[in-house]
Amino acid sequence: MATSKALRNKVAIVGVGESDIGKVPGTSGLGLNAQACKRALDDAGLDPSQVDGLLTGYSFTETYTMLGSSLCEYLGLQPTLCASMVAGGASPGIMLRHAAQSIVMGTADTVLICAGENRATGLGRDAAVAVLAAVGHPQFEQPYGGSIPGFYAMVARRYMHEYGTTRNQLASVAVNTRAHACLHPNAQMRTPITKQEVLGSKPIADPLRMLDCCLISDAAGAFVVTSAERAHDLRMKPAYLLGIGEKHTHEHIMCAPSLTHFGAAESGRIAYDMAGVGPRDVDVAELYDCFTIVPIIELEELGLAERGQGGAFFDQGHARIGGKLPVNTHGGMLSHAHAGAAGGLFGIVEAVRQLRGDQGVRQVQGAEIALVHNEGGILSSHCTMILSNRTH
Amino acid sequence: MSALPQPQPNGDSRPYWHAARERRLLIRKCNGCANRHFMPRHVCPHCWSDQLEWIESEGRGSIQSFSIVHRAPTSTFAANTPYVIALIDLDEGPRMFANVIGDDALDVSIGDRVSVTFEDRGDGALVPQFTRAPV
Repeated sequence: MATSKALRNKVAIVGVGESDIGKVPGTSGLGLNAQACKRALDDAGLDPSQVDGLLTGYSFTETYTMLGSSLCEYLGLQPTLCASMVAGGASPGIMLRHAAQSIVMGTADTVLICAGENRATGLGRDAAVAVLAAVGHPQFEQPYGGSIPGFYAMVARRYMHEYGTTRNQLASVAVNTRAHACLHPNAQMRTPITKQEVLGSKPIADPLRMLDCCLISDAAGAFVVTSAERAHDLRMKPAYLLGIGEKHTHEHIMCAPSLTHFGAAESGRIAYDMAGVGPRDVDVAELYDCFTIVPIIELEELGLAERGQGGAFFDQGHARIGGKLPVNTHGGMLSHAHAGAAGGLFGIVEAVRQLRGDQGVRQVQGAEIALVHNEGGILSSHCTMILSNRTH
Repeated sequence: MSALPQPQPNGDSRPYWHAARERRLLIRKCNGCANRHFMPRHVCPHCWSDQLEWIESEGRGSIQSFSIVHRAPTSTFAANTPYVIALIDLDEGPRMFANVIGDDALDVSIGDRVSVTFEDRGDGALVPQFTRAPV
């Protein structure tokens, strides 16, 4: 089993950017990525000519076969490293690892990573739901009307059955996350909600209701990765990569080895080992939250809460800013934005901002170590990242 | 109501869907390691043996988990809402995905015993489905 520490302390995220979020009809999906990339480079104080690599994800709205090349063409970039990587919501973390490896190996200096699309105005809600249903297996899931909320709902129901997680606790995740979004100037949903509103929202796939489900947004995010050495000379406080781990167990939920134990435990173990830190060292966690059950499971898999206690952790307010371990301080995919791989990427953007220590009312005081978890498919592909504002 | 989709067999699954037309549920058995699996493959996912055969399932199993879908993924399924999707553990071992159908489908619980039935999708195409077994 690979336990390489070769990436620890070697690279840093030196710039982050978000596009406009919500309904942004005035631009295309590539335009949103361009906006996020421009803001990330401005943040880093870098010029496009100083970028020699670009990695991006995938798009349902602009289905270019070579999305990475199409985006470079759009941006006028001619890099010596370029790819589009497709592992669903896990793509941003996986792109970070590939960028880090390239930089450590000396095959790239500065890599721009971005993802996002105009899912709200480019597709619309009904079309987005239909396109996303194609995530189900074409022969053995789609003919039965399987939907993404439905697949996650089956996980939620089994988890509730085995560990006693309650419907009320799921609602507390949505409430917690919305409270944080209200503190974020660029979040899509900035009106507080109550548990009663979550429990009374439209049923989607029992036990999940509308407010248990992530948003459908126009949004893109971007960040810039370079060597730790080069990071010292740049304008922003670097966020160093301490550890990163992946685990892939299945794609379709019918083939998942378990409905209660997933790859996050192993991706987390690899990341902690590489970083030389443990769950108790984490000051802030940006978890994948496509549905309210998911950050509960991830908290437990990553050792941040006892097995079966993730729901209570949210319900008791421990995940609030000011609590034991603030989770999804930007508002997550439930309330900040979700547009393909951008959803998980915003977790990275927020972790970097928290580590800079200048987020005002949203700031987690004294945050030195941030954990980000990306997940793709139906809890299929996992990537855990540990970042810090100092090398360890 | 628009017609529910017909299965689209490929080279791996053609015998499965052909058998379904005869109201038989097939699963894969590996003669390398004796494990059984559901989604048909060219090699066994446990040992990579290519010595695989089709065996007929008794068509009985239990509900590992389920959801009642209120918001269908496509307009084709919208007319059927609310409907039940479920992960079924067959008594032979493999897990598969299908609907629980029948008058009492919405009363389904984890652990319920279910048995296979076949749903007409037109042109002779049948898809395996499940009904709750009498207690």
